[in-house]
Amino acid sequence: MISGLYLAGTSPLHRAGAGQKLLALIGFGTVLLSLPSVVLAAVGLAVALIGYKVAGFPWRIAYRQIRAMLLFLAFLFAAQVWLVSLEAAALLALRFSALILSAGLVTLTTRTSDLVAALETALRPFERFGVHVEKVSLAISLTLRFIPLVAQVVEDVKEARAARGRERSMIALAVPVIIRLLKTADAIAEAIEARS
Amino acid sequence: MTIAPDKREALFEGVRVERGETLVLPALDLALTERRIGVIGANGSGKSTFARLLNGLILPSAGRVAVDGFDTKAETRQVRRRVGFLFQNPDNQIVYPTVGEDIAFGLRRHKLPKVEVRARVEAALHRFGLAGFEERLVHELSGGERQMVAFAGVMVLEPSWLVLDEPTTLLDLKNTARVMRTIAEIEQSVLLVTHDLDCLAGFDRVIVFEKGRILHDGTPRDAIAVYKAFHA
Repeated sequence: MISGLYLAGTSPLHRAGAGQKLLALIGFGTVLLSLPSVVLAAVGLAVALIGYKVAGFPWRIAYRQIRAMLLFLAFLFAAQVWLVSLEAAALLALRFSALILSAGLVTLTTRTSDLVAALETALRPFERFGVHVEKVSLAISLTLRFIPLVAQVVEDVKEARAARGRERSMIALAVPVIIRLLKTADAIAEAIEARS
Repeated sequence: MTIAPDKREALFEGVRVERGETLVLPALDLALTERRIGVIGANGSGKSTFARLLNGLILPSAGRVAVDGFDTKAETRQVRRRVGFLFQNPDNQIVYPTVGEDIAFGLRRHKLPKVEVRARVEAALHRFGLAGFEERLVHELSGGERQMVAFAGVMVLEPSWLVLDEPTTLLDLKNTARVMRTIAEIEQSVLLVTHDLDCLAGFDRVIVFEKGRILHDGTPRDAIAVYKAFHA
């Protein structure tokens, strides 16, 4: 269910600094997007995949990163073939896949706290322009932490909806989910206040 | 941060709490000096509000709450560092995806050096039976394990007081026993809000709330008897 959270390991990628990995990701993305070459995009995808092996992850971990996007990628590919050309479609699909996999690789090999610390360092110069760095970093860590929690709430409500014979009702899903998430948000805000 | 148990004192002086038009606690005057204090009462009786007053999560509309001499309204930061708070649902309390990172959360916010953060997290993992869990994803743990992570995240800050708001409600018998064993072992002064009357065995004092007022304040045996008789 949750694909992009940190997986402990001792590989060179795990040991590399969070800032280095983020910079490498930015560089990798810039090169991929600025040079319109199918061969280069294919090499980029291969590099991202090799990264999973270097990190010591089985292929299924790489597949999990991209699984949720497959339908979307297929739609984009088909639209590009129809509207532009097969080459443009291949370029787009390869670029997207390489980017998704490489971004996933960064979050899988980097602790959230290290990622947040690196982002805090990067954002620090913007404090003078009113950016509240600690709030931004807390928001990022909370987002990562609560992906599974939100998914669990949706599953619970789906189950309750089915038990009441309303499997297809969007209202029976959306209303309880929103209410529970709003209540959870209040409780989390209170807990963070208590822990600070 | 911890101070000697015999020097700890929480004072409630003429405390009144209103929420909008509703009067939650009309008038409260008491001093807490015991090491193990229980709070019981029906749903909506004001016991959770009372607990939240202790670390400034709720501020009095009138009157004053002071913990170890620090006013919860004027010196909230100092009060929060002295009073840890454990909530009913650990999922609402855990901020980071992995166990070790979450236990370190409060320490980092207090800008402690990395070496000290590391050492204290390590010690907390061992103390709360979480050795080897440091890199584990929180959402993959059981409810009892998650409550212990939340517990460790509070205790790693070494508060003098610990407020627990129905910490065993979502737990099975085994994990309830585990949490209660841990509570019995800690040096902190404890204020436990609970519906589980068995958890109050061995406590020094139990306060019974009813509609925002104190119905009884005494030994666990007497307090539980009064509470049961009132709701019989």
